[in-house]
Amino acid sequence: MALRVATPLRGGSRSSGIRRGERTAGWLFSLPVIVILGVFLFIPVVMAIWVSFSDWSGRGSPVSSGVNFIGVENYTDVTSGGGLAEKNFGTAIRNNAWYVVFVVPIQTVLSLFLAVLVNRAVLRGRSFFRMSFYFPSVTSSVAITVLWLFLFSTSGVINNVLSWFGVNGPNWFNDPRGIVHVALGSMGVGTAPEALSSHGFLGIDWWEWLSGPSFAMSAFILMAVFTTSGTFMLLFLAALQNINPELGEAASMDGANGRQRFWRITLPQLRPTLFTVLTLGLIGTWQVFDQIYTGTQGGPGKTTLTPAYLSYESAFIGQEWGRGSAIAFILFIIIIVFTVFQRWVLRERAVSKRRSYNYQATGKKS
Amino acid sequence: MSAIETRPQAARQQDDLKRSTVWRRRLKSLGIGQWVLFALLIALALIYIYPFLVQIATSFKTDSEAASNPISLVPSIWSWAAYEQLFARSDFPRWFMNSAIVTIFVTTGRVFFVSLAGYALARLHFRGRGLVFAMVVGVMAVPGVVLLIPKFLVLNQLNLYDSYLGMILPLLVDAAGVFIMKNFFESIPVSVEEQARMDGAGAFRVFWSIVLPMARPALITIVILSFQGSWNELSHFIVSTQSPDLTTLTKGVASLASGQLSQGSQYPIKLAASVIMTIPVAVMFFVFQRRIMNNTQGAEKG
Repeated sequence: MALRVATPLRGGSRSSGIRRGERTAGWLFSLPVIVILGVFLFIPVVMAIWVSFSDWSGRGSPVSSGVNFIGVENYTDVTSGGGLAEKNFGTAIRNNAWYVVFVVPIQTVLSLFLAVLVNRAVLRGRSFFRMSFYFPSVTSSVAITVLWLFLFSTSGVINNVLSWFGVNGPNWFNDPRGIVHVALGSMGVGTAPEALSSHGFLGIDWWEWLSGPSFAMSAFILMAVFTTSGTFMLLFLAALQNINPELGEAASMDGANGRQRFWRITLPQLRPTLFTVLTLGLIGTWQVFDQIYTGTQGGPGKTTLTPAYLSYESAFIGQEWGRGSAIAFILFIIIIVFTVFQRWVLRERAVSKRRSYNYQATGKKS
Repeated sequence: MSAIETRPQAARQQDDLKRSTVWRRRLKSLGIGQWVLFALLIALALIYIYPFLVQIATSFKTDSEAASNPISLVPSIWSWAAYEQLFARSDFPRWFMNSAIVTIFVTTGRVFFVSLAGYALARLHFRGRGLVFAMVVGVMAVPGVVLLIPKFLVLNQLNLYDSYLGMILPLLVDAAGVFIMKNFFESIPVSVEEQARMDGAGAFRVFWSIVLPMARPALITIVILSFQGSWNELSHFIVSTQSPDLTTLTKGVASLASGQLSQGSQYPIKLAASVIMTIPVAVMFFVFQRRIMNNTQGAEKG
């Protein structure tokens, strides 16, 4: 800092020469990044926005004269068209929403649990546990999906283990029944109440919305938890190691038990990490694509169809490029809305007088 | 970190002493608790590791044994049939080669371009720097699946569809990498470079022979991230290629999984393929495991 201030004193012409060189170098150094991000990210997004408002059929260039602007038709087709497009989109949103509802809380709680356990272990082997929990996160989603198809096959490992407990496992990846429907069915609610089946949203009725994830989707839910909990565990572990141990010690001397120490002392200090994990979780779980492409292609009974896969399928297989792009942008908006909403819910609230007094008191101790 | 190290020796020793008595007290009071915890951790670790052991074991089983006894970790008859078929009678070697080509180019390119841009954004003063940085951050916020159709559109427009160039170029720059390098360069002291620059060295000289060698830890991070990222990449290759000659491991094994190339379930072959595609990443993981664990901590702090 001091040196930078000192340079102008050495004579105007020379220092401005250095600065001028820096200007050129700065642009030259960033040029590859700017060009590649520009050509392969910005221009494509602009092109896709155009395609989502056009009737391009996949032949020729989307910016040629034969392609027409058709307004928001591609968007209204999937949100209120009343046809198959709307039904597929509604189904995809339902499937993905259940996926998010299950994966985000489970992976957050499990990764925090693993981090606390690993952090508490005084005995040797801490790094061994850390590695075993993290390893699934570095492997490819394709390899894990292949493994999962085997583990959850009809007479596979999972059903074998279940049979030890007398449970007759389902035909996982071929079973389109929603688990909430199955649970309700076992309690005697086998058919839809009139109120739920006569109304709906996005082309499917409320009873269908409440089906829960299918058994096939449940297997993917377990897979997501298996592959992401390690990453998030590392984040929590890092945060736990930065926590001042004296606070916990002081609390335990004041008679706080383990549970109180965790909820009142440890957890509040993990808040920023919790925030990160939930944000990353929400963003990631709305982008389910690789598993579906590798494993089920949306089946059975469209119960593993997700917006990301539907967007790909509409465009690349169905040649409905406008519709595919429209679905992608709706998905983009969903992700933004959820992230903003979650940030708003977990925002830093103004601290009340009594609590801020407590904070000061604890602050003095350390 | 550095704050701790600059404290006097005595204070540090006292700290260590305090910590060790705390541990000893905990050990004594939680004697049984620790063992329960240990047992729980072992059970959990088994759940996380067992699937991979099954994967390896099954790849050496015969088709019928894989179906009849999926759970055992020792094949009753060791069979190399799956691997033989993969390497001798399928396109698998080609897929492996394509993945290797892409990974090598992407990793080398990324390390270079990302550190160049990171250095410029951290150190060089030029008009528009704020704008470039805003662009990089903005790009990080765009979810990957939204880009599937857009990427295809632009590759098609530029006649890069179905070529190595189209597979490699879009992956060559990673916004998160620029971000990591920028943060790293900002953390090393300016004085060394200033000295060299006053001696008349140009910006590239300073970057190449002074700053870059100091950035080794951050560069290894970039290597790990790009290696893992491009080796495991699937969606980009789905939208950028079509020809069987350009199929990568991820795309090829995905087609194996959905049964396009095989009859029946044939789990040993599929699992053998997934074992082999996991090996390079696993090797990298074990070589750099300490660094990977620490990196994630650093990322969180930053």
